[in-house]
Amino acid sequence: MTPILDIQNLRKWFPVGGNLFGRNRRQVKALDGVSFSVRPGEILSVVGESGSGKTTLGRTVLRLTEPTDGAIRFEGQDITHLSRRALRPMRRRMQLVFQDPFASLNPRMTVERIVATPLIIQGGFSRAERRERVAEMLRLVGLQPHHAERHPHELSGGQRQRVGIARALIMNPSFLVADEPVSALDVSIQAQVVNLLLELKEKLGLTILFIAHDLAVVGHISDRIAVMYLGRIVEIAETAALFRTPRHPYTEALFSAAPVPDPTLRRGRILLEGDIPSPLNPPSGCAFRTRCRFAEAACAQEVPPLREVAPGHLAACRRGDIALQGVLES
Amino acid sequence: MSSTTESLPFTPEEAAPPRNTAWRRFRRHRLAMLGAAVIAVLVLGSVLGPFVIPYDETYIDILHRFAPPFAGPHVLGTDELGRDMLARLMMGGRISLAVAFTAMAISMVIGISVGAIAGYYGGVVGAALMRLVDAVLCFPTIFLLLALAALVQPGLGSITLLIAATAWMEVARIVEGQIRALRERDFAVAAEVLGASDRYIVFRELVPNAIAPIVVSATLNVAKAILLESYVSFLGYGIQPPVASWGNMLNNAQIYLTSAPWLAVMPGLFITLAVTSFNFLGDGLRDALDPRMDQP
Amino acid sequence: MDTLLEVENLAIRFRTAQGEAAAVSDVSFSLKRGETLAVVGESGSGKSVTSLALMRLLPKPPRCHVSGRIRLRGKDGALLDVLDLPEEAMRTVRGNNLAMVFQEPMTSLNPVRTIGAQITETIRLHRPMPPRAAEEEAARLLDLVGIPSPRQRLSAYPHQLSGGMRQRAMIAMALSCEPSVLIADEPTTALDVTIQAQILDLLRNLQQRTGMAVIFITHNLGVVAEIADRVMVMYSGRVVEQADVVPLFRTPLMPYTQGLLRSVPRLDLAGRRAGPLPAIRGNVPDPRRPPAGCAFHPRCDFFQPSRCDATPPTLDKTPDGREVRCLRWQDSLLMAGSGEALPPQRGPGAEPLA
Repeated sequence: MTPILDIQNLRKWFPVGGNLFGRNRRQVKALDGVSFSVRPGEILSVVGESGSGKTTLGRTVLRLTEPTDGAIRFEGQDITHLSRRALRPMRRRMQLVFQDPFASLNPRMTVERIVATPLIIQGGFSRAERRERVAEMLRLVGLQPHHAERHPHELSGGQRQRVGIARALIMNPSFLVADEPVSALDVSIQAQVVNLLLELKEKLGLTILFIAHDLAVVGHISDRIAVMYLGRIVEIAETAALFRTPRHPYTEALFSAAPVPDPTLRRGRILLEGDIPSPLNPPSGCAFRTRCRFAEAACAQEVPPLREVAPGHLAACRRGDIALQGVLES
Repeated sequence: MSSTTESLPFTPEEAAPPRNTAWRRFRRHRLAMLGAAVIAVLVLGSVLGPFVIPYDETYIDILHRFAPPFAGPHVLGTDELGRDMLARLMMGGRISLAVAFTAMAISMVIGISVGAIAGYYGGVVGAALMRLVDAVLCFPTIFLLLALAALVQPGLGSITLLIAATAWMEVARIVEGQIRALRERDFAVAAEVLGASDRYIVFRELVPNAIAPIVVSATLNVAKAILLESYVSFLGYGIQPPVASWGNMLNNAQIYLTSAPWLAVMPGLFITLAVTSFNFLGDGLRDALDPRMDQP
Repeated sequence: MDTLLEVENLAIRFRTAQGEAAAVSDVSFSLKRGETLAVVGESGSGKSVTSLALMRLLPKPPRCHVSGRIRLRGKDGALLDVLDLPEEAMRTVRGNNLAMVFQEPMTSLNPVRTIGAQITETIRLHRPMPPRAAEEEAARLLDLVGIPSPRQRLSAYPHQLSGGMRQRAMIAMALSCEPSVLIADEPTTALDVTIQAQILDLLRNLQQRTGMAVIFITHNLGVVAEIADRVMVMYSGRVVEQADVVPLFRTPLMPYTQGLLRSVPRLDLAGRRAGPLPAIRGNVPDPRRPPAGCAFHPRCDFFQPSRCDATPPTLDKTPDGREVRCLRWQDSLLMAGSGEALPPQRGPGAEPLA
């Protein structure tokens, strides 16, 4: 099966500091050689902590920021260097759902106008057609017809996120980047939106790149998961394989740190020491070695490549000899 | 502990639809309401007045020269040629207000465009445009205006353009700041993902969100333009007699200041009234359109 | 003697442009030495406002009215009536008896002053001592909260520290006068999971060492399970359930608590995708317009017309000492089929204790 999205060696460096002529300028390596591909119809999640580059990844894939290096192929076409004009028709096929449903909706517009925005921008729809498409979309995401007249501030958080989803899906895209779409929502609303995304994915045949930090949500929604640390993918595998048999110490630590809603399980955690290093000055070799309980001198030598440790399971750790704890199946 | 207000269970903006609250807040502002009423009277008077009163503003009533106000057929008196003051004030109001509103509109278009381009693109373009704004702002407005006025033929159109040319910079600054902040917001990114052009993003998504400061500065700009027109006309570079404007009426009245003070007092009063009213209106709008001002 | 804090019938009303609105009503609880009470709720549940009321940090009347009774045991054993204390005395209570840690340390720390200056100032405000000694004390506190090379960090500015380090510094500041009660308002929400685990670990250790009581405000049920002894669930300004942590997670009585626990995806079922998540339907109510009767009734699976939407339920005591606000809690227990409780979860690398 040809992948819907194929990323090769993607880099995104942000220059910081330096004087007018670029002297002493340093680079934040938000993405430093990321490669993966997304299969049609799957939900691939990207997890990582702040500074891991997961948000930059989503934005770069959609060409909202210019990649520094590497290649992005979408539906077989190289879009790495397409101009904004040339990208415009592609925008119908790839869309974004934002984390903060309030900030991503224009406060001055009604829901109807917001959801119709893609139709207005892409053009070619009469007023009546737009109205009809919007009504249909609102129904699809579980909103009432009377919501069309409202402004974003009159809606609850969950309703706002539904509006954001309706706007993203009204052009019938094949590919959706969902950037932490539930993390700003109330707990009792998160499950609703997760269900909605899964339902729409089935109904509309979507492929979703799901960016998140909540492992429980990710474990529920994803077919495959990529774990990022300091601008690189350290592990990528099928969901069940990743949870049961993680092959990178960072993945193991993430699972261990995730709080489980069961008070009888106050357990010996694998507590990571210290903070995530600054992406301005990442450690040499394996970036995780400064916090890794299995680190040895050789880990500082060179960046470990992602290699296949089991069929479809890739990890970037040079120590193949360690036993890691996963999440036991009940 | 600054986060007290942030932790309140609901935010003031969420209280009700913004337009109603804005109107409610505006109504609370007594002086602004008064200003709006005075402006309405001045505008209506200038537009409709000349059709109502029996005198033409150029009609010379040689028998009633220097007639004092509130005595005889001329309600507000007459000038040195026996022309009716009320008629001249109304026609002068037409000119002064028309010049002021037009100048405001032009300065808004220039200011919003420059500010939006500078704010949205930033970088070298933005820096260059904003340094230009700074440079123009460095000249004292009145000297700039006089220097320009000395170079061009005075007339209604040219004076309007000149005033506009000296009034757009503040708007540009305000809009630049607003757009620069708004462009980072997610809804601007959302429009970009949808394939929107820069023009669409700036003028349909961003500028409407900066409407509050724009409206306020537009109001204040009208007041400023009225004053500028008066200065220039008073100094003889502006609207040329026999066409009346509040400024050149004032200029005309200089030599009769002791013998017929109402000739100076009347236009002076109208200028003051108009400028003050627009300033009050601007203050009121500033408070009304700012949701953070919503306190009982 | 062991009870440090007792809150009775706390009610908080705000005056808004639309009239009076009850943010919190009828909240009662008590807190023992060394205990951790988790207050769980969503936006508009009143959990944060309650904590601000304890600290007397809410706006003054007429903007906000607080009624009820908050009694705090002072360090000398005397009971203080927090709501009646003069402002002067309240200032001593804040810091000395009650201290608070906020979600976003960056907004509570002064960005233009060093961490050291801010901590020493707090120390000297409550405990007069020479600057040198206060600095020593500040370094000791930073060490206590696990900040490496504390002496050097004293001269750091807040922006030079990472989010986790800033939160540690905030905790150090809150601990500077050895408060008997620490109120932590979503202290780990803005942090990454690995850092969150560190902070939770730190709070637990500090509590063991100092015996202080903690009120932990959060929306994250995983964190609650991790840290709480007792849990108070709030919904739309009221306490809807109060119980010890294990029974609450095993047999939640209030349908809202049941729904919340069920709607969180389980780590141990990852990759199975066994159908949609059992979500609670509807929206979080607007605290200014709470539904009539039980505020949860529009979203409740056990809703009974003309009963739940007519009679506001009272907070009932169950035989085993729990509290629940539901007209049908006995029915809901049966109808949910949860007589045998929610199945226990299994976490990474751990066996259930019980």
